[in-house]
Amino acid sequence: MTRHADIAAEIPRLRRYARALTGNATHADDLVQDTLERALGNWSLWRPGNLRAWLFSIMHNLFVNQVRSLRMVDFPGDEALPELPTRATQGDALELRDLARSISQLPAEQREALLLVGLEDLSYADAAKILGVPVGTVMSRLSRGRERLRALLAGGELAETHLKVIK
Amino acid sequence: MNAPTISEQELHAYADGRLDAVRRDAVEVWLADHPEMRQAVAEWRIQREQLHRAFDSVLDEPIPTRLTEAAKPVSRFPLGMAAAVAWLALGGAIGYQLRGAVLPFHGQQATTAMARQAALAHAVFSPEVRHPVEVGAAEETHLVAWLSKRLGAELKPPRLSGQGFELVGGRLLPGEAGPVAQFMYQDARGQRLTLYVQRDAQDSRDTAFRFAKEGGISVFYWLDGRFGYALSAEMERPELLHIATAVHQQLNQ
Repeated sequence: MTRHADIAAEIPRLRRYARALTGNATHADDLVQDTLERALGNWSLWRPGNLRAWLFSIMHNLFVNQVRSLRMVDFPGDEALPELPTRATQGDALELRDLARSISQLPAEQREALLLVGLEDLSYADAAKILGVPVGTVMSRLSRGRERLRALLAGGELAETHLKVIK
Repeated sequence: MNAPTISEQELHAYADGRLDAVRRDAVEVWLADHPEMRQAVAEWRIQREQLHRAFDSVLDEPIPTRLTEAAKPVSRFPLGMAAAVAWLALGGAIGYQLRGAVLPFHGQQATTAMARQAALAHAVFSPEVRHPVEVGAAEETHLVAWLSKRLGAELKPPRLSGQGFELVGGRLLPGEAGPVAQFMYQDARGQRLTLYVQRDAQDSRDTAFRFAKEGGISVFYWLDGRFGYALSAEMERPELLHIATAVHQQLNQ
């Protein structure tokens, strides 16, 4: 019973990540549903530890497969954005739309690193475990993702040039 | 003061609030002399805030039933207690009745079981006023893509406007051999019929129409290649046969 309760408790976090990742509410919930079914179906593989990281790694694998089969590359429409809080101003709405659009333009692997760290507040080590890559790879994807997002948000086609390597 | 000891990795860790006090101070000292990177780090932090502003509201959205159901242990049915009781009672009644409809070939038990499941699903969901389907016909593209994905094969709900029925929508149900799709139709009088589609992975064979009836629910069911179909409605046999024929024709186009 607790297994199901523990998994259910992670649904809001899985939905937030999936929404930002796919940019589409329906695709996102499909991804969450697949993740939950996969987790329960493979429960025998679960070893006590970080349940959230385990669920996110299942979602990562499903997402990568879908990206590979080109099923989720359509550009998100306005429905990509969650309902705005009522007091949001139009400026906020535009800013958020820009953000969602810019995120969708990042390569999937940069998007994942950026969102796991920047939105889900996971440690670099957890993000590395979820993505199945070394921490250094997470860091370089994060770094490229952040610079690219910065350029996209600055409205830059001529962007990407001021990425500076620091020793 | 300008010692080259700050890696880009550390700058990200600083922006993410993941440095201890000693390293944090070192980074701040370094940033004081590097305005360009100070600007970059500030923007990374703004990105974090923007991400939360954009997506945190998802955390407070009501969770769709299909997700809470997916995390539940046994029953995947969005049923209230009353419906569950009705399900069990009908299961007994229809199961008993269909037991008699013995068909003389291998696999007929599975086919009969499908007819029973289809009749049950019809009995439970067709009286629903508020939630007869999970995904409505207004989102037909999504409905078809979703159910096709779940069944692992391309589905196409037949058009029955020629018979006076319009698609209401569909839902996904658990079947004995995997997921099952149920499409619901309704005519101008509000009469409903359901088409139950299951994928039969093992056997690939065709059968003629078979008919079963219990408690006012008529069911025509048949196998066609890798799919099993059952059409259920509370109507007389000739009327339903007419529609079943139309369904069969369209599915074989």
